[in-house]
Amino acid sequence: MRRRVPVSLILGAVITALILAVALLSFVWTPFPAEQIRVVARLRPPGPEHWLGTDHFGRDVLSMIMVGARNSLAVGAAAVALGAAVGVPLGLAAASWGHWGDEAVARLGDLLFAFPAVLTAILLTAVLGAGAVNVVLALGVFNAAVFARVTRGAAFSVWRREFVRAALALGRGPLSVTIIHVLPNVAGVVIVQATVLFAVAVLNEAALSYLGLGIQPPSPSWGKMLGDAQTFLFTAPLQAVFPGAAIALCVLGLNLLGDGLRDVLDPRHRSAPVI
Amino acid sequence: MLNRAKRLALAAATALALVPGAAWPQARTDLVVGMRLEPPHLDPTAGAAAAIDEVTYANLFEPLTRVNADGKVVPGLAQSWTVSKDGLTYSFRLRPNAKFHDGSAADSADVKFSLDRARAADSVNAQKAYFAAIDTVETPDPQTVVVTLSRPDGLFLFHMASGDAAIVAPETAATNKQTPVGTGPFKFERWVSGDRVILARNPAYDGAQPALDRVTFRFISDPAAQVAALKAGDIDTFPQFDTYEALPEFRANPAFMVMVGSTEGETILGTNNGRKPFDDVRVRRAMAHAIDRKTLIDGVLFGNGAAIGSHFPPHRAGYVDLTGMYPYDPEKAKALLAEAGHADGFETTLKLPPPIYARRSGELIAAMLAEVGIRVKVEPMEWAPWLEKVFRGKDYDLTLIAHTEPLDIDIYGRPDYYFNYKSERFLKVEEELNRTQDPVKREKLYAEQQQILAEDAVNAFLFMLPAATVQNAKIEGMWLNRPIQANDVTAVRWK
Repeated sequence: MRRRVPVSLILGAVITALILAVALLSFVWTPFPAEQIRVVARLRPPGPEHWLGTDHFGRDVLSMIMVGARNSLAVGAAAVALGAAVGVPLGLAAASWGHWGDEAVARLGDLLFAFPAVLTAILLTAVLGAGAVNVVLALGVFNAAVFARVTRGAAFSVWRREFVRAALALGRGPLSVTIIHVLPNVAGVVIVQATVLFAVAVLNEAALSYLGLGIQPPSPSWGKMLGDAQTFLFTAPLQAVFPGAAIALCVLGLNLLGDGLRDVLDPRHRSAPVI
Repeated sequence: MLNRAKRLALAAATALALVPGAAWPQARTDLVVGMRLEPPHLDPTAGAAAAIDEVTYANLFEPLTRVNADGKVVPGLAQSWTVSKDGLTYSFRLRPNAKFHDGSAADSADVKFSLDRARAADSVNAQKAYFAAIDTVETPDPQTVVVTLSRPDGLFLFHMASGDAAIVAPETAATNKQTPVGTGPFKFERWVSGDRVILARNPAYDGAQPALDRVTFRFISDPAAQVAALKAGDIDTFPQFDTYEALPEFRANPAFMVMVGSTEGETILGTNNGRKPFDDVRVRRAMAHAIDRKTLIDGVLFGNGAAIGSHFPPHRAGYVDLTGMYPYDPEKAKALLAEAGHADGFETTLKLPPPIYARRSGELIAAMLAEVGIRVKVEPMEWAPWLEKVFRGKDYDLTLIAHTEPLDIDIYGRPDYYFNYKSERFLKVEEELNRTQDPVKREKLYAEQQQILAEDAVNAFLFMLPAATVQNAKIEGMWLNRPIQANDVTAVRWK
């Protein structure tokens, strides 16, 4: 049976692909070197030379946004990958152990959930120092808790299914049941969660860089650009528009992609489990 | 839709409002002063925060002497004084009718209490060194105070003019942090935490009465909100306005007046002289050559600031122009680095406190140093950790900060100061300075000190922080320059 591909999936995929393409392009080409400072050419409005104008140090805004896309996506991807690498096995293990093992994982998750992601990140960067690596670490810790919780919930319901009971009755061990039967059935949920957390990570990275705790200058980042633009709100309001629009577009794309993927991958919409 | 009667009423009200002087008093007598930071408390004798003095200095508290708008030492609570030939005995004559805001007389006993308290072993005064030379404080009569020094101190009258030397009463000294009681022309009225401090005119003041009845100090840290508050008329005057990029817009608007004067804020690339590779003078000189001060002043201050070549403000007597000693020359910088064994450059960290000038300068300097091979990792910090790690802990490579205390070149002679700079040559001149009263000779010695610091390139000396004031064009009497941390509103009036 074939269902229609949701519009949100197409739209989300196109926007995300576009941003990814821009990010990749920035490795080989930007209109100007993104870190090139030319104070004499500062705060230029958009024009033929600088398509999106220049910032307060005369850096080309378009080039900074392109490199910023690369930085945002890299931090987001790393934070999600770290979170999944730690959280998914933990969630699967919790569901398979049950009892105190499950309890321990759940309570650990509760503990991490008690602190909002940005606060956790601020705490961690305060201890470890500002910088991209620490932001990835901070957001990764929060993501791990989310992944663990979501995976655990989904895996639990799979464990109760008849085909899992049958596999156990046939003598398969918990590890092989987890890998062969449980993991494929929770993969959809994990992928959807990954897209959503990716968007959250991009937002949080921007927030931390805005506060000066994220990606450090001279490397451009959308959040830092927004932070710099704040003092120019009255004198050069466009400074805030472009990085703001970039963040909004990126998060919108990822959220649409997540929505669309959920419609396609959610087990509740699926006719038969993967056995 | 408005009916006829309402329209008529509206027209009448509008007409009334347009009649000049009909309903308005001749000039306003209230003033709202904008400040970036809120003071932690209001006792200038127990804290280093500039914001304390910016509310209380000359307005609420008075020291024996005080610094005026021109940076000169003038009478404060003491109406006159004499200095003995050997420079050891200062005899102050107090204003006969001076009173504290609680009605008690301000006499020599209060002065003795204040000075003894400031120099006591358990004193929490932020500038204890100012009082270190005092040997005895005597009070022959209620209007006379005789201070004897154990050694000559050329800056004694200047230091006694600081907010740290404010005269307080023994009865209220303990509560001055929350409800300050001084002898000035304004008294404390109210403090709305996080928002404003309100001072009211002190009708019992024994000197000239100020024109203002009420002064409100409002605290707004966000630059965009500062601009908005000025435009909306919520703030009448904003001294130390540091959103320099907004100045042209205010200059173009006839409702506002912009003044750009000088501060005592020598802005430097603070360098840990005790740490490798900065212990090598060639490395420090290379950095001085690698920094383009003009671009820095343009980029950070939007052109509003003067370059410096040593730790001394151009407007003070004794200044020598040393800005030409290390002209911007990246090639020379590279050559010096190579000579010092760093042909491939090196990696280092630049720790930045929160002010905009520091963050922006840091970013530009990191880019300039990268040009000559010095790879700088920029590390922004909040004030508390900066003071703890950099200023007190000396755990840093490079930092960037404006030293705003007036005549503070002596910090280079302090042992254990955060530059880790040691120079016998400098200390010798410093000792001679302390023995010298003659102004001309003092200027020569200051010049000598500036020369030594520039030759040693202790820090990269960048620029003087400007004092920009944006205010309603109808206000007069605010200070143009900032010879001392203060918002003296005693002479401010509305035109």
